[in-house]
Amino acid sequence: MLKFAKNYMESITGVEIYPMISLLVFFTFFVVLFWWVFTSKKEYINEVSQIPLDN
Amino acid sequence: MEMQQFYYDNKIVKKFIYATLLWGIVGFTVGLLLAFMFLFPNLTDDISWLSFGRIRPLHTNAVIFAFVGNAIFAGVYYSLQRLLKARMASNLLSNFNFWGWQLIIVAAAITLPLGYTSSKEYAELEWPIDIAIALVWVAFGVNMIWTILQRRQRHLYVAIWFYLATFVTVAVLHIFNSLALPVGFLKSYSVYAGVQDALVQWWYGHNAVAFFLTTPFLGLMYYFVPKAANRPVYSYRLSIVHFWSLIFIYIWAGPHHLLYTSLPDWAQNLGVAFSVMLLAPSWGGMINGLLTLRGAWDKVRTDPVLKFFVVAITGYGMATFEGPLLSLKSVNAIAHFSDWIIAHVHVGALAWNGFFAFGMIYWLVPRMFKTTLFSKGLANFHFWIGTLGIILYALPMYVAGFVQASMWKQFNPDGTLTYGNFLETVNEIMPMYWMRAIGGSLFIIGALIMLYNMVRTIKSGSDVTDELAEAPALEKVSKYRTKGEGWHTWLERKPIKLTIYATIAILIGGAVQIIPTLLVKSNIPTLTNVKPYTPLELEGRDIYIREGCVGCHSQMVRPFRSEVERYGEYSKAGEFVYDHPFLWGSKRTGPDLHRIGAKYSDSWHLNHMYDPQSTSPGSIMPGYKWLIRNELDKSSTESKMKVMVTLGVPYTEEDIANAQQNMLEQGAIIEKNLYADPDFVKNYEADKKYAQDNGEPFIEMKNREIVALIAYLQRLGTDIKVKEVQALLTNEK
Repeated sequence: MLKFAKNYMESITGVEIYPMISLLVFFTFFVVLFWWVFTSKKEYINEVSQIPLDN
Repeated sequence: MEMQQFYYDNKIVKKFIYATLLWGIVGFTVGLLLAFMFLFPNLTDDISWLSFGRIRPLHTNAVIFAFVGNAIFAGVYYSLQRLLKARMASNLLSNFNFWGWQLIIVAAAITLPLGYTSSKEYAELEWPIDIAIALVWVAFGVNMIWTILQRRQRHLYVAIWFYLATFVTVAVLHIFNSLALPVGFLKSYSVYAGVQDALVQWWYGHNAVAFFLTTPFLGLMYYFVPKAANRPVYSYRLSIVHFWSLIFIYIWAGPHHLLYTSLPDWAQNLGVAFSVMLLAPSWGGMINGLLTLRGAWDKVRTDPVLKFFVVAITGYGMATFEGPLLSLKSVNAIAHFSDWIIAHVHVGALAWNGFFAFGMIYWLVPRMFKTTLFSKGLANFHFWIGTLGIILYALPMYVAGFVQASMWKQFNPDGTLTYGNFLETVNEIMPMYWMRAIGGSLFIIGALIMLYNMVRTIKSGSDVTDELAEAPALEKVSKYRTKGEGWHTWLERKPIKLTIYATIAILIGGAVQIIPTLLVKSNIPTLTNVKPYTPLELEGRDIYIREGCVGCHSQMVRPFRSEVERYGEYSKAGEFVYDHPFLWGSKRTGPDLHRIGAKYSDSWHLNHMYDPQSTSPGSIMPGYKWLIRNELDKSSTESKMKVMVTLGVPYTEEDIANAQQNMLEQGAIIEKNLYADPDFVKNYEADKKYAQDNGEPFIEMKNREIVALIAYLQRLGTDIKVKEVQALLTNEK
C-alpha cells in the first residue's frame, strides 16, 4: 500500500516519516484502549453496566 | 443525602415517536412506488415531480433522515434523561429540535420532487436547507451536552458515548461535504470537483451510514436491549472496545465506494484495509448485543420486542459482514453498480434500522401511555410478515446483482460481448424486480399493522405525562483522577473531554485521506485537452442533475476489459477537473454514460427522451416529455459561469459576455441536426404552424431544455481520444 502513497506524496518534504507516524498512532491507540479495558475494576464495570436497569 | 425531585420529559419523546411512525410509512411508500416503476416505467408518465430520478432521493432521504432520524431522537431523548437521571436541559431546544427537523423534512419533500438537488447522495438538499440542518443538529447537541452537565449519575453509560460521537461526527461530515457556492436561492455548486468531490462525498456517504444509521442505533441497542431483556449488557468491557475501535476505524473506510474508479490507488487501498478491519468491532458489538439475551432466550419466543431486536441485531451482523466483503476489490468488481448493493443497504435499513425502531416503539408506547400493548398477536404478525418481507426483498436483489455482473462481463470466444445490448441484462432480472416489489409490499403491510396496533394502544392508554423521578445531586469530585480511579473511569465523568477525544479519533482518518487528495497536485494528472463545458452544456448538465439521471446511470468506466469493450476508454481522473459536482453515480440500472458523447445522433437522443421504449424496446427508463416542451431558463447562465470561475474553472470574461450568443449558436446547430429526422420535421413544423395560426407563443427548439441536455450528453467523454491519452502518458514517462 505504501508504494502508492509514496509515489503521490513524495513532493512533500520529509514525507517518509508519515507512514511511521500513522503506524505509531494506530498501534498506540489500540494498546492504550486495551490497557484501559483490562485494568478497569470489576466493581466499577458491574456498577456502570447496571445503569440502564436502574431507572 | 438529599433527594432531588424532577420530571423526565416524556412529551418530546411522544412527538418523535409519532413523527417516526408517520415518516416511516411515507418513506416506505415512496420506496414501493419506485419499486413498481421498475416494472411499469411509465407509471407516472409526464408528471415531472413524480419521475424516478426526482423521487429516488426523496425515498432515501425520507427513510434515513425522517424515519431513522426521528427514531434516533425519540430513543435518545428517552434514554438519555434516564441514564443521566436528569430532565433535558432545555424544553426550548428540545422543541426547536423537533419542529426544526420536521420543517426540514417537509422542505425536502417539496424541493426534491421539484428537482432542487445537489445530486450528492444522501446530501441532495440545497444549501438553505443544509444550513437549517446544521442549526437544528447543533441545537440537539447543545441540549444533550447541557443535560449531561446537569446529570445526577456520575458515570456516562456507553450508550451516551455513542450519542456524543454521533453528534460530533455528523456535524463534521455534514459541514465539509455540503460546502458549496450558491448561484441562487436553491442552486449551488460543490466547491470540490471531480475526484476530490467524489472522495469527500463518499467519505460523507459512508460515514453517514456509520454515524447516522449505525452509532446512534448501537447506543440505543446498549440501552433498550438490556431494558427489554431485563439484564445488563453481556460485557461492558467489550462495549468500551467496541465504541473506541468502531469510531476510530469507521471514518477511514469511505474510499471503498470508489474502487477501480479514477480515485488514486493509495486512497482506494487505505479504504479497503480499514473496511476489512471494521469487521472486528462491528461483530464485537453484534455479539455483545445478542449475548445480552443470555439466559433470556426463552423470552424471545414470547416477547415481540425481543424478536424485533434479535432480527435487527442479526441484520446488523449480516450487513457488517457483507460490508468488508464488498470492499475487497475482487468482490467489489462484481457487486459495484449492481443490485447487490441495493440488497446490502436494505438488509441494513429494513432489518437493522427498521426492526430496531419497531422493537423500540413496541417497548416505549405502552410504557409511556401507561397501558399494555393492544394486540400481541398483531405485533407477532408484524414481526413475521416483516421478516418475510426482508427476505423476499433481499434474496432476489442478490440474485439480480450476480446475474447483472455475470452478464455484463460475459464474453464470446471471438472476444465480443455476449450481451452487447445492455437491455438484455435488464430484461433478465425483471422477475427479481417483481419479487422485490412483493417483499417491499409485505414490509409495508407490517408497518401499517403496527400503526393500527399503536393507535389502538394509545387510545386505550392515558395521556403522556412527564414522569416524576428522584435522585441525589452529584457531589463535587476533584477534576483530577482520584486515588485508585482508572483512566477510563475518570474520563467518563469528564463528558467534554470524552467528546473531544472522540472527535480526535474520527478526525485522524478523515484528515489522512482528504487533505493529501485536496492538496497534492500530482494526484490528478492534468489532461491538456480537457476543456470547460460550453454554456449550453453547462445548462444541460444542470438538467441532468435536476432530473436525477445519476440515480440510474454512472459516468465512470472502470478499467475492466468488459467495460472498455462495452462503453469505451476507461475514465481518467483528469477528465473530471471541471465537474462541480462529480456525477460518477453508484448504480447502473441503465448503462454507463461517460462515453455516450457522439455515440448516437441528436435525433436519437430526442426520441429516446420523449419515449425511451421507441428507440430501445424493453427499456425501463421513463420518458422525459417535459424536457422537449420546456423552454430552457438561460437567465442565470452568466452567474453560474461566474461561480464556476470562482471555483477555478477557466472561463474568460469574454466567454461569460458571449454566453447567450454562444448558447443560441450551439442550440441552432443541434436544431439543424434534428431536422435530419423526417418525423421530427413533420411534428415540429405542425406544432409551429398550429401556434402561429392560433397566435400562441412558440418556443423554438434551439431554446428548449432538451437541446441543452443533448449538448451535454454529446460532449460527455469526448475530450480525450484513446490515441491522445497514450501519447500523453508516454510523454509523462
